[in-house]
Amino acid sequence: MPWTRDEMAAKAAAELQDGFYVNLGIGIPTLVANHIPEGVTIQLQSENGMLGMGPFPYEGEEDADLINAGKQTVTTLPSTSFFDSAQSFAMIRGGHIDISILGALQVTENGDLANWMVPGKMVKGMGGAMDLVAGVKRVVVLMEHTAKGEPKILKECTLPLTGKEVVAKIITDLAVFEVDRDSTPGLILVEHAPDVTIEQIRAQTEAEFLVAN
Amino acid sequence: MAISKVFPDATAALAGQLRDGMTIMSGGFGLCGIPEALILAIRESGVRDLTVISNNAGIDGVGLGVLLETRQIRKMISSYVGENATFAKQYLANELEIEFNPQGTLAERIRAGGAGIPAFFTATGYGTQIAEGKETREFDGRHYVMERGLFADLALVHAWKGDTEGNLVYRMTARNFNPMMATAAKVTVAQVEHLVEPGEIDPDQIHTPGIFVKRLIKLGHAEKRIEKRTVRERSA
Repeated sequence: MPWTRDEMAAKAAAELQDGFYVNLGIGIPTLVANHIPEGVTIQLQSENGMLGMGPFPYEGEEDADLINAGKQTVTTLPSTSFFDSAQSFAMIRGGHIDISILGALQVTENGDLANWMVPGKMVKGMGGAMDLVAGVKRVVVLMEHTAKGEPKILKECTLPLTGKEVVAKIITDLAVFEVDRDSTPGLILVEHAPDVTIEQIRAQTEAEFLVAN
Repeated sequence: MAISKVFPDATAALAGQLRDGMTIMSGGFGLCGIPEALILAIRESGVRDLTVISNNAGIDGVGLGVLLETRQIRKMISSYVGENATFAKQYLANELEIEFNPQGTLAERIRAGGAGIPAFFTATGYGTQIAEGKETREFDGRHYVMERGLFADLALVHAWKGDTEGNLVYRMTARNFNPMMATAAKVTVAQVEHLVEPGEIDPDQIHTPGIFVKRLIKLGHAEKRIEKRTVRERSA
């Protein structure tokens, strides 16, 4: 059966190494913070201008000047620093953030990512997503394997791109793929959910993939 | 003695600075660190056909949302506008123009504009529709898109503390776009929660030197709104 959202988040959290600076997207990626492996200490970056993001405040301790990139109230930690948006994206674009874990609408076998607009629908904007995928050292996509039964892992994105050849790993409720741009096809299945067969995964994946030994 | 930068209120601070069709930068991220009092004075002025550069567009009835309701904004340059229903309605009716910029590109365009840099290259957006029509170049085997610096007629910023020389200090994540915007306009007007005399702020702690700030006002009661109040349970 497919992995739960928490099991998916735990898979993604296994990507985190001690001392990492990490940016988490909204949606399932926010759950990753609840599954940080024992003995691993990381600092969460929030692109609105905060490094070392603490948990949500207790009721009555909210501060309007202290929010995360999702506009939710948060708290500081002893390690916290604040900075302006230009410096925040200097961290991101300059390759100083170790990993970004974010959601996607579509991903391809060569690591193309679409997650910011659906033509014909109201476009809200890309926020910091294009900068994150272009600048962060390692980009991991965490998403449901399909949307309303339609594959999201494709040969080519049909939606406008957020970034080209940017994704290193895809974690879904069915499987984990490495993206290797030197391999043909570029997707390598490295793990799958229990009682889910390779055939079932192929049926729900448009892109070709290899199966790791 | 130099002419005082301190004005009695937002309307006075903007007097003579507004004209139809102008470009205005407005600081803040979501509703955090927005120059609300100055935005309300823009509404009262009735100035129209504005191009507004701001990461977001406020929400209905708050922040830049009030200038959308009065249809004073013709064009927005932003990275994310998802929280505003008035915006969606006007945009879908073709009454409002939007230029989406990746957030980091927007921040750097403003920083560059204020620093006298007309253009720069970034990998952000290469191979996407953001790069369409823009010059691209390869450096050291990687592709980059040329983006232009931004410079406005007027910048509106919110700071936590300021002195009468215009030196500013921001507080926590209310800093966001405010420091860059303060540098990137012909005239910058700041609203501050606390106004002090020169010397009362440690010079080592100043975020925006007063050279960038032409006018400032002290807020009376600063009502700061929380867009998404999120709390955790106290353990029993």
